[in-house]
Amino acid sequence: MSKVYVPRDSAARSMGADEVAVAIAAAGHQVVRNGSRGLLFLEPLVEVETAQGRVAYGPVTESDVPSLLSAIEKGTSHPLFLGNIEEHPYLKNQERLTFARCGITDPVSIADYVAHGGFEGLKKALGLTGAAIVAEVTESGLRGRGGAGFPTGIKWKTVHDAASDQKYVCCNADEGDSGTFADRMVMEGDPFMLIEGMTIAAVAVGANKGYVYIRSEYPDAIATMKEAIAAAKAAGWLGNNIQGTDKSFDLEIRRGAAAYICGEETAMLESIEGKRGMVRFKPPIPALEGLFGKPTVINNVLSFAAVPFILAKGGAAYKNFGMGRSRGTLPFQLAGNIKQGGLVEKAFGVTLRQLVEDFGGGTFSGKPVRAIQVGGPLGAYLPASQMDLPMDYESFAAAQAMVGHGGLVVFDETVDMARQARFAMEFCAIESCGKCTPCRVGSTRGVEVIDKIIAGENRDANFILLDSLCQTMTDGSLCAMGGLTPMPVMSALKHFPEDFDKPARLAAE
Amino acid sequence: MTLIKETDYGTPAAASEKMVTLEIDGQEVTVPEGTSIMRAAMELGTKIPKLCATDMLDAFGSCRLCLVEIEGRKGTPASCTTPVAPGIKVKTQTPRLADLRKGVMELYISDHPLDCLTCAANGDCELQDMAGAVGLREVRYGYEGENHVFKRRADGSENFRYKAKDESNPYFTFDPAKCIVCSRCVRACEEVQGTFALTIDGRGFHSHVSAGMDEAFLDSECVSCGACVQACPTATLTEKSVIEMGQPEHSVVTTCAYCGVGCSFKAEMKGDEVVRMVPYKDGGANEGHSCVKGRFAWGYTTHKDRVTKPMIREKITDPWKEVSWDEAIGYAASRFKAIQEKYGRTAIGGITSSRCTNEEVFVVQKMIRAAFQNNNVDTCARVCHSPTGYGLSRTFGTSAGTQDFKSVAESDVIILIGANPTDGHPVFASRMKKRLRDGAKLIVVDPRKIDLVQSPHIKAQHHLQLQPGTNVAVINAISHVIMTEGLENRAYITERCDPVEFARWEAFIKEERNSPEAVEAITGVPAAEVRAAARLYATGGNGAIYYGLGVTEHSQGSTMVMGMANLAMATGNVGRNGVGVNPLRGQNNVQGSCDMGSFPHEFSGYRHVGDDTVRQMFETVWQTSLDNEPGLRIPNMFDAAIEGTFRGIFVQGEDIAQSDPNTKHVNHALESMECVVVQDLFLNETAAYAHVFLPGTSFLEKDGTFTNAERRINRVRMVKAPMQGKHEWQAVAELATAMGYPMSYDSASEIMDEIARVTPTFTGVSFAKLDTLGSVQWPCNDKAPEGTPLMHVGGFVRGKGRFVVTEFVPTTERTNRSFPLILTTGRILSQYNVGAQTRRTGNVAWHKEDLLEIHPHDAEVRGIKDGTLVSISSRVGATTLRAMISERMPQGVVYTTFHHPVSGANVITTENSDWATNCPEYKVTAVQVSLSNQPSDWQKEWEEREEENKRIAEPMVAAE
Repeated sequence: MSKVYVPRDSAARSMGADEVAVAIAAAGHQVVRNGSRGLLFLEPLVEVETAQGRVAYGPVTESDVPSLLSAIEKGTSHPLFLGNIEEHPYLKNQERLTFARCGITDPVSIADYVAHGGFEGLKKALGLTGAAIVAEVTESGLRGRGGAGFPTGIKWKTVHDAASDQKYVCCNADEGDSGTFADRMVMEGDPFMLIEGMTIAAVAVGANKGYVYIRSEYPDAIATMKEAIAAAKAAGWLGNNIQGTDKSFDLEIRRGAAAYICGEETAMLESIEGKRGMVRFKPPIPALEGLFGKPTVINNVLSFAAVPFILAKGGAAYKNFGMGRSRGTLPFQLAGNIKQGGLVEKAFGVTLRQLVEDFGGGTFSGKPVRAIQVGGPLGAYLPASQMDLPMDYESFAAAQAMVGHGGLVVFDETVDMARQARFAMEFCAIESCGKCTPCRVGSTRGVEVIDKIIAGENRDANFILLDSLCQTMTDGSLCAMGGLTPMPVMSALKHFPEDFDKPARLAAE
Repeated sequence: MTLIKETDYGTPAAASEKMVTLEIDGQEVTVPEGTSIMRAAMELGTKIPKLCATDMLDAFGSCRLCLVEIEGRKGTPASCTTPVAPGIKVKTQTPRLADLRKGVMELYISDHPLDCLTCAANGDCELQDMAGAVGLREVRYGYEGENHVFKRRADGSENFRYKAKDESNPYFTFDPAKCIVCSRCVRACEEVQGTFALTIDGRGFHSHVSAGMDEAFLDSECVSCGACVQACPTATLTEKSVIEMGQPEHSVVTTCAYCGVGCSFKAEMKGDEVVRMVPYKDGGANEGHSCVKGRFAWGYTTHKDRVTKPMIREKITDPWKEVSWDEAIGYAASRFKAIQEKYGRTAIGGITSSRCTNEEVFVVQKMIRAAFQNNNVDTCARVCHSPTGYGLSRTFGTSAGTQDFKSVAESDVIILIGANPTDGHPVFASRMKKRLRDGAKLIVVDPRKIDLVQSPHIKAQHHLQLQPGTNVAVINAISHVIMTEGLENRAYITERCDPVEFARWEAFIKEERNSPEAVEAITGVPAAEVRAAARLYATGGNGAIYYGLGVTEHSQGSTMVMGMANLAMATGNVGRNGVGVNPLRGQNNVQGSCDMGSFPHEFSGYRHVGDDTVRQMFETVWQTSLDNEPGLRIPNMFDAAIEGTFRGIFVQGEDIAQSDPNTKHVNHALESMECVVVQDLFLNETAAYAHVFLPGTSFLEKDGTFTNAERRINRVRMVKAPMQGKHEWQAVAELATAMGYPMSYDSASEIMDEIARVTPTFTGVSFAKLDTLGSVQWPCNDKAPEGTPLMHVGGFVRGKGRFVVTEFVPTTERTNRSFPLILTTGRILSQYNVGAQTRRTGNVAWHKEDLLEIHPHDAEVRGIKDGTLVSISSRVGATTLRAMISERMPQGVVYTTFHHPVSGANVITTENSDWATNCPEYKVTAVQVSLSNQPSDWQKEWEEREEENKRIAEPMVAAE
């Protein structure tokens, strides 16, 4: 009988991990449902504890189980054998600060978490003043991982300095960007890390109540987080008088209702308050008037998840990674037309090419890469010619692109970029909260204008109109939804003008 | 005369006292911190284009037309949502902003019909104005794209986005095709009205305004207050009267004639026809808000039932005969004089109306005192708020509420007793709800689960659901808790209250028999709940008490008023903003009619007729001798009529036959009289017993003043000429003259001057001052030339506040096996009192008949289902109504309204009344309810009388 690890991560489950786990357990082995290592192209990735350490097999299907078990028992080789997965170049070449534990532990075992360095950061924080915690986070150079890249330390300081009888900590886990899944992996694979990060934030700013706003499309993440919160409470890591101190923090899960816009922080606040998910204007900033009008820390899952390391190892240790003003690491997510999809945590500065070619192994179709959309549906499409661009907030901004939440969606040469531009507008037309006019009406007109361009109708006039519309949306919109929708559109136009020119070319041919 | 348009500053005023100076387009401006750039610009007269902003609502930031540039800041922030900052330099017009605004307008118009010339909002459309302001010249997107405008798409297929116009509301239409989704209606419904009937449904381009769950307005929770219609910048929400008549050309500011809130309205006119009534932003009581009655239910003023010619008849069974004014007045005077000759000076009297102006009321009571030579004058306040006058006068020294309405914004704990403001005083209710949403706590004391107990974003902390008739026991229990737990404000009591009276009260209230535990069995309210409520009121900050007829219309109404006053004094909650004891007055001028000397024992300003100095002053001014004995109260008049000693009555605008308790008794009294003169708009129930009918004027035809529940004297301006050719006070003065006491005035203003001359609290009031200041709250005299919004500041008007021992004495009206239920009566939002007006408007869409609300259990055991016809009988009478099963009712209590005469609600109510003031005990009648299949005998009688006694003879045609 061996101890066998079969991930409970929903990416693994979607590839049959549950069936594999059942079959292995039926054979009498002890099955541990760990998180995912993030090598999604190898899921279900099964690991077996052996005298030589953990050895991996993958991707394992239910039908592979008998041969696999027999190979394990007999000590013979197996075609799916991968050896020590940590030696796999995909993992070995990463710099895993945040995802150091994910895939190794049982996500809901406090003992596992503590055994792998968990709660070290919080323990440290409990002995510090709020200001000292904020200083440590500021020192780390951590910037908001949700996409905007606002310095986390400054945000926390604002909330820390605000006088109020009640403050909140909210985690934005409405991970709706195309090609992203890092938040989900944290919540499903290492939820205590998020809880620890949020608790540190609460201790730092003087909040006693927190919410994790998780999209309804993540039922596993919701279930795992609830399980983890209950376990943390039972073990005295959440709730009243954490670890016997005078600090208390209560955490609640709020489920979204499938609205992309609720990933916008103020719309999320409205939704948590039980209202329609509509964007609020700023100022007042949520740090001063946030949830229920009280000072509120709002951070993305990855921002909170980076905090335990920063507290445990020191801000300087985190700051040592990265380039320019982008410090630390970012868990990049490789998706779309890619051979080796998965999570790659690297320090800022890694190039698109390294991510897509070295880690991703090029396109799944094997055809040349033509475009990569970085940063979700509002991010720019970058052409293959810009693949040496380093992943860094400032470098991307200079290239009229954005790092966003670190999601990469790869397209090969068969992509029609005019259709992609249209899709950007269509996405906005459907997902806009409907509050401001440029976004609500502009996106629909954007679809129509691009349709006219594609159809070859008054092309010159419509190009001018599209440009003017994008200007109105960029400068006039209330939030980033309408404000950034022109980014993918304009990038497609700029880098792939030939795709908008098809009727003309057809006519000419 | 022009159309009044209040300046729209775009965002509400900031409260800060700290001032900030900034520069807008090169001009310096200094405004309070927190002011928006948009408002600051408007202070300079700079109109920044806007569509979603209006100063009745909080900034929203959705239309993106008001973008500005600020030197040194990136981007183009919205001026409505960006607060001013010291020294910033703002540009409101730049080429970049011009492009952006044009771009936004182009998007708006790409989804909007181009039917401006035939649109109802033409000339009053902000979208049209903005298209002009930004210089939109073309819509490059065309009009064939996705839209909410056309029923069919360009290819002829059905356009699923299109929704037909909703015409379900009787007063306004909702046309989604014209909607620009600015959310102003939704926000008005939330922020101003507090009903939350509207929302935006759907996302993105599909976003649309939805009433309820995408229902018709009439079927939704909409209360038709009109705030959304007023907020709408386009033709989407438009009054049907505007659609029919077109835009008004001038307006006159006047005062609503329904409830005691006293809202100011702009009557927007075309010639002498009212197009619409729009709440006036500068109105002190309502500050731009309204309810369905004031805003829309004014159609009765031109209803076909309106009588515009004087009429007389010999016997009440004769048909009415239309005659000239002179003949009618002469006839009334001769009959009154004949009665006095035969039965004596005191055999006639009159009743003044709380619906009429101060000037009209003053003249009627003067006629009775001076021309009739007796003090047989009373007013309908007798049957509603007379205990308020008595109770507050005894304890504080003034017969009126202590605060202005605005004060509620500073309350922290509100006790609401026997009042249902969302129905009875909707505009004040909206103010209260706003404060409750902002965090104030609420304690409701009411047998019924009224809306404020729980409604969207409102939840009372405590609902003390008491048995009707046990108010005093509950208020004593609350005071008991405060006094025995040491929660009273000793310093306040010592400084401001009479120590002897306090000591007496303290000993009484601390007695164990007044404890919540001791009275729990009587009141039905759990003791723990009473204790918690008491502690909250005593310790929660500014505590305010608001109450209505559920306090006064009891056998211990006056005791209860004093009980509340005791409670407020004991906790130090009188004499500053946010606190006080405040009656919610039922009628527009109930405060005023009392102030004007309508009670049989008091001259104007609440001075006793037995006071020689005062009386002699009146005798000098009026040049006649006056009776020094108080006259008859209304119930005494009825009794005396039946006895035969009271034979003639002048009834000014009040329907005693419908509104007073024990209808049979009232009718018997009226039948016993030899001359009943009714001055009214309609042939009401009382007119069925009248001999002379003097047609009255509607509020649109009146010139004068109303005084609301905050003691605010508001101008009522003549919007159009009296339809019957005479002011009411003219007819009364002529009647007085015909009676032998010459009386004449040239104008209502002259009457007010006389009131000011003889009434110390009104010394400083004149029409000129009211026209300058908008309104004043009495006392208005040399000490307070601009009026007194807040009473008892620093000390009580009577000197020391007086605590009064308030022993609970149960009413004699008890339930027993024959009459096991308690009937309590009240009103609803859409109808007003006897319904003479509202029944003659579109408001019947909401309330066609009076219903009997009954708890499911009480219904079940009687086999009563929703809509079943039931008979309600009390010891004095019976009537038949339809039942409405309602969990708002506690078990054992049933409820009905009295808006329709055929309902005969007062056939059942008894003559029990308040020990001090004779205010009837409308709120407690023991009844039995049983299944029925036909109208009651009384209702059949009523039908007959309706036919018989209201006939008007056809004019005689001269024979050829």
